Amino acid sequence: MLKRLLKYRKRKSENSIYRIENDTLFLSKGLTLDTVPKFSAGILNDLKSIKSQNLIINLQDLKDIDGAGVTALFWLKTMLREKGVSVRIENADIHINKKIDLFKPEIIDIRDKKKEAGFFESIGDNLYQFVSSYLYEFMVLAANVFYFSATDIFKKRKRRKGEFTNQAVLIGVNATLIIVIMSFVIGLVLALQSAQQLRDFGANIYIVDLTVIAMMSQMGPLITAILVAGRSGSAIAAEIATMKVTSELDALQTMGLNPIRFVVVPKLYASLVTMPFLILLSSVAGIVGGAVAAYVYLGITPEVFVNRMVDSVSNKQLITSFVKSQVYASLIVLTGSFYGFRVLRGAEGVGKATTAAVVVAISLVIIADSVLGLMFF
Amino acid sequence: MQKEKIIDVKNLGASFDGTVVLSDVSFSVYQGEVTVILGSSGCGKSTVLRHILSLYPLLQGDITILGKQLGNLTEDQQLDLYLQMGVFYQNGALLNSMTVEENVALPLKQHTKLPDHLIHDIVRMKLGLVNLEHAIDQFPSELSGGMLKRAALARAIVMDPPIMFLDEPGAGLDPISLEALDKLIINLKEQLGMTIVLVTHEVSSILRIADRIVYLEKGRVLFEGTLRDALKSGIESVSNFFSVINDADKIKS
Repeated sequence: MLKRLLKYRKRKSENSIYRIENDTLFLSKGLTLDTVPKFSAGILNDLKSIKSQNLIINLQDLKDIDGAGVTALFWLKTMLREKGVSVRIENADIHINKKIDLFKPEIIDIRDKKKEAGFFESIGDNLYQFVSSYLYEFMVLAANVFYFSATDIFKKRKRRKGEFTNQAVLIGVNATLIIVIMSFVIGLVLALQSAQQLRDFGANIYIVDLTVIAMMSQMGPLITAILVAGRSGSAIAAEIATMKVTSELDALQTMGLNPIRFVVVPKLYASLVTMPFLILLSSVAGIVGGAVAAYVYLGITPEVFVNRMVDSVSNKQLITSFVKSQVYASLIVLTGSFYGFRVLRGAEGVGKATTAAVVVAISLVIIADSVLGLMFF
Repeated sequence: MQKEKIIDVKNLGASFDGTVVLSDVSFSVYQGEVTVILGSSGCGKSTVLRHILSLYPLLQGDITILGKQLGNLTEDQQLDLYLQMGVFYQNGALLNSMTVEENVALPLKQHTKLPDHLIHDIVRMKLGLVNLEHAIDQFPSELSGGMLKRAALARAIVMDPPIMFLDEPGAGLDPISLEALDKLIINLKEQLGMTIVLVTHEVSSILRIADRIVYLEKGRVLFEGTLRDALKSGIESVSNFFSVINDADKIKS
């Protein structure tokens, strides 16, 4: 057993690139990328046996050293110095010395120790960042956008020519088909799900009130806003982010064109104008879906449906959906442009900005929906 | 004494969509030398480099690097070869989602078992070599063009590779930064014994650092030899290439 142990220790020392004798650490073979991991893992432990306050590192037998080796050597020196041991490197070959000189290892001596923030500190820091950076910048952007969009109504020359129509088509017209289809399906399913319960109570005719009120003041605006946020919110963020990354916004600025006025304001106009129509279309499609379900499942004819509908629609619902359309349109355009302007770091940043814009826009729309829902209750 | 051949390119040919880009290109790169591949724009310099780096499939000719013949290497052999090469790309090619430190540390983290604190120190040291240690926590998009190049150079040398490939490292640098870069390249060659292959247009830089020159024209090797021979060769294209410097000397005098 003892023999095997001795043999093992001998083999270990043969493989090792260092040996310790008295107060001297002898390095041999090569201190390179291949040997450094093992060296750095074991050396501090092995040096514990040394009692003296002075250590000599003898490089006489060292044949090769590279960047990793130089780093390890000076890491060791620094660690020992912190323990009060002074280290001297001697007998290095001229080639080894040249390499050590090239890598200027003294840079490593200035250690940068980052202080980790505590739990409450990081919460406070995040909150401060949120208020001072996100909220503040969002408010500034919103103020700018609303200011310019209000003043530019009267300054025709300041407006970007033809851009309103262009954006109205992109944000509004191109979204009609998907909004109509989705709203029809949701209206149909909504009526279908409720029909069962209403029939049990013999309150078949109330399917009309249910569908109309739900679609006009709640589902129509919400579906439209979510779809527009997904389609146009992301497009706005991506467009502005790309413009920022490729310095187009800087170019606009130096041409004397305010980027907010030139890029954001036409989008806000377009969405403020098209959004009420989209919501109206969505509500109508949803009601048609509801009417189909009412006819098929409860036998309510379209004639009866329309008659009852006229009674249940009130101005309040129309006003509700109009107010919602304006709020949602502003939120979507502002969020999209906010994340677009905030973009950092090239192409990858554009992707992140787009994702964030969609997620935040939809969240804000839902929050606004609940607030407005309570207001118009 | 004949130096050891590190890279041997024989009869390399390439064509894209029927257009011949390289034909019959042959040259050698020797241990511990700076070999510059030069020629006017579109002569196939970068294509040669991309073949050597196995970024294009080898369809015509043979390339041998460190005794290994490209084209029929296994995945492990190719990886082994890549680990012995440092490559610097013209636009830096740093990963934008990572800081400078993470970029430079990437090869060390993926291919070695070094502890993190040593990797951090090595990265700082390599960044110190290119005078960029102050930008360690910055992202590539926050760096200027010259800083980006220096960070990319630090990444290329972080594993202390025996062979370095540099694709137009001097493009877009001011003359002072260029001189510092050349000095670093000479140091890498002389003190670490690196073999360096350089693609560049910068005549001043070539005169400072080149040991050997491979001059390409229209996809063919027009001249291969030492810098001194190139200057004396009498080949019109080669002389024209270097005449810019003579003109500058004339203006000075």
